[in-house]
Amino acid sequence: MSTLTQNYYSKIHPKRFVLWLFLGSIVMMFAGLTSAFIVRRAQGNWVEYALPDIFWLSTAMIILSSLTLHLAYVFHRDNKAKKYRMALGATLFLGLGFVLAQYIGWTQLTELGVRLQGNPSGSFLYVISGVHAAHLLGGVALLLIFFFKSIRRQEPVKRLMEEIDPERTLGVELLLTYWHFVGLLWLYLFIFFLYFG
Amino acid sequence: MASTDIHLHDQLGHDHHDDHHHDHHETFLTKYIFSQDHKMIARQFLITGIIWAFIGVLFSVLFRLQLGWPNETFPILETLLGAWAEGGKLSPQFYYALVTMHGTIMVFFVLTAGLSGTFSNLLIPLQIGARDMASPFINMLSYWFFLLAGVIMAISLFIQTGPAAGGWTAYPPLSALGQSNLGSQLGMTLWLLSMTMFVVSSLMGGLNYIATVLNMRTKGMTMFRMPLTIWAFFFTAVLGVLSFPVLLSGCILLMFDRSLGTSFYLSDIYIGGEVLTNGAGQMIEGGSAILFQHLFWFLGHPEVYIVILPAMGMVSEVLATNSRKPIFGYHAMVYSIMAITIIAFLVWAHHMFISGMNPFVGSIFVLFTLLIAIPSAIKVFNWIATLWRGAIRFTTATLFSIGFVSLFISGGLTGIYLGNAALDIPLHDTYFVIAHFHIVMGLAAGFGLFAGVYHWFPKLFNGRMMNETLGVMHFWITFIGSYFIFWPMHYLGMTGVPRRYYEFSNFETFNKYDDLNMLISTAAIVVFFAQFLFVINFFYSINRGKRMPASLNPWRGTTLEWTTPMEPGHGNWVGKIPEVHRWPYDYEVDGHGFIPQHVSDEELKRVTAKHS
Repeated sequence: MSTLTQNYYSKIHPKRFVLWLFLGSIVMMFAGLTSAFIVRRAQGNWVEYALPDIFWLSTAMIILSSLTLHLAYVFHRDNKAKKYRMALGATLFLGLGFVLAQYIGWTQLTELGVRLQGNPSGSFLYVISGVHAAHLLGGVALLLIFFFKSIRRQEPVKRLMEEIDPERTLGVELLLTYWHFVGLLWLYLFIFFLYFG
Repeated sequence: MASTDIHLHDQLGHDHHDDHHHDHHETFLTKYIFSQDHKMIARQFLITGIIWAFIGVLFSVLFRLQLGWPNETFPILETLLGAWAEGGKLSPQFYYALVTMHGTIMVFFVLTAGLSGTFSNLLIPLQIGARDMASPFINMLSYWFFLLAGVIMAISLFIQTGPAAGGWTAYPPLSALGQSNLGSQLGMTLWLLSMTMFVVSSLMGGLNYIATVLNMRTKGMTMFRMPLTIWAFFFTAVLGVLSFPVLLSGCILLMFDRSLGTSFYLSDIYIGGEVLTNGAGQMIEGGSAILFQHLFWFLGHPEVYIVILPAMGMVSEVLATNSRKPIFGYHAMVYSIMAITIIAFLVWAHHMFISGMNPFVGSIFVLFTLLIAIPSAIKVFNWIATLWRGAIRFTTATLFSIGFVSLFISGGLTGIYLGNAALDIPLHDTYFVIAHFHIVMGLAAGFGLFAGVYHWFPKLFNGRMMNETLGVMHFWITFIGSYFIFWPMHYLGMTGVPRRYYEFSNFETFNKYDDLNMLISTAAIVVFFAQFLFVINFFYSINRGKRMPASLNPWRGTTLEWTTPMEPGHGNWVGKIPEVHRWPYDYEVDGHGFIPQHVSDEELKRVTAKHS
């Protein structure tokens, strides 16, 4: 037990730890929703439908956005401000593109007759992917904050202070963790819908 | 036994070599309102909880008036409730609203936020030796979301259609359809909104508590040197973080059913002979009402452990301190808390034995439900063994802790009855269930809360102490009165009297228990008024209570909170945070009355040599 007595700064940062716990609670929420899906599906009277192809595009975009945000993190770490800004912008673009593609997917489904108010098999898809999109938009909001911070002109002294701050990459790292998580969550949901939908 | 008490406050208090003291210049706003000090947030949670407890218990008295004297009228009811009690008789609609609000308020606002919110905030940093929570800002938000949840719920009490009235469990279709019940209109919308805010609040709090316990312990405070309070708060937070999001999922689906015409929980509904249709004119079908029960009870059952675990932790601490004995079976206590936390997630369907589930599935839930009795029984055994041959000081906190053990045994035993599907089927939804969960969860957790307030009052309010005479009176009336309220309900339940009924006058089978109901209601009124002994004592003592003795350690405890100054500032310790050298239960060992956690063996030898 002696390893547990050390102070936090030599181990995982409390903020990172809190983030991981928060992700755990989001996992429980989606576990609740997807198991509700399975329980309800097992009771029969379940309309099956094919997912619109555009969901493949949104999946590709969210995977790509994880890569660009990772690049942003690397550039930020190496003090390459311009490249960092570009990579953040690309992530922002891909994130919004994902939400747009999801929206197009929903309208296509509605045109096919799979409606929010119809059989629960369709309602579940809208609600679960909708709640996921809300979580992604939370990430987009954070990305916007980081993006505006990165284009802001700073006094040289302040910038120097920031460069020597031992925790200067922490914010981007936390954002990266969250973004990867939301991406992985979508992969899980997409495979889930493909397999069970 | 001749014994020496070890006091090392002087050394601690004057150790300024490594001064981290945060000396903010505080205004009224930053000190009392937008405070990020965990001690102030604890006070905010406690006082908000007391206000909610007053409202919640008052509601129970109001509907007990109806149950105790179904043929009488009470003009005061019309004064209080207006149109909801015309002519002094509670309307059936508002009876259900009161029952629903009583449950919601007591379970969530009082026994979750008021208990765990208060004492996790107060004791986690103080007992593990941290200056504050991992994120004081999120901690502050946690309180503000709780307050917001409360404000929304309070607003729902005053709207024209009344608050939610479909039971605290909010089962659809009753809660989903405005046509079914006045309370399922705007009141239910506000209920769902309020619960969402509450989930956010409890997540923010819980994340903080876990991160603080795991990451911010002082030097020497290994996990197995933590007081049992901290173990209990820690696992309470784990339970909350894992189960509240599932309730949120259930609530989100319910919101869609209510407002957007989906049918997750609804199927084949006919109202007044008319089939229920959605906005597009199609029949609502395909939903499953049982689905909500699964999602609700996946939180709902862990929730009762969220309520009871903090009380268990505090009772362990109070009993060991006031029996002047090491807690019996420290490791067994820790592993029991762990076992309860794990099994808590595997028993939810025992609330649903009569929902038509497969009996084989039911039998698995029976098995796990009975299994959870084992760690619970281990804890009870350990409390009794801690008291056994102790030099017990009967402080108010001790009395409430012993009362807790008594209630936990009485209520726990009936849990074994109800955990069996075969017995639960006839007893389900009778007063037997009401008796069971009020004793084992409501009262026991309430007693834990009282024990905590009386014991840690000096740490809550600047070294003041509560009046013991008033405290002891408060204890005895509450303790005896509570048994008078809930013990007879077992008999009512065994004869099959159903819960949630507005009156029994027209039921040949059940209307012969009027005397018993009158007794219960009278006891409820007495206990309600006895709580003013507490309220007066509490608010008087905040500013005028006796100061604790100069040792700053009124109960001669070993844990770190008693090493802080009389009025600890934000940051808790002036100078260095004490280092921990031993477990927290060194009472009456080697001729020492007690050895605080921060005393090392060398220091102990030095002090002992000086004394002999």
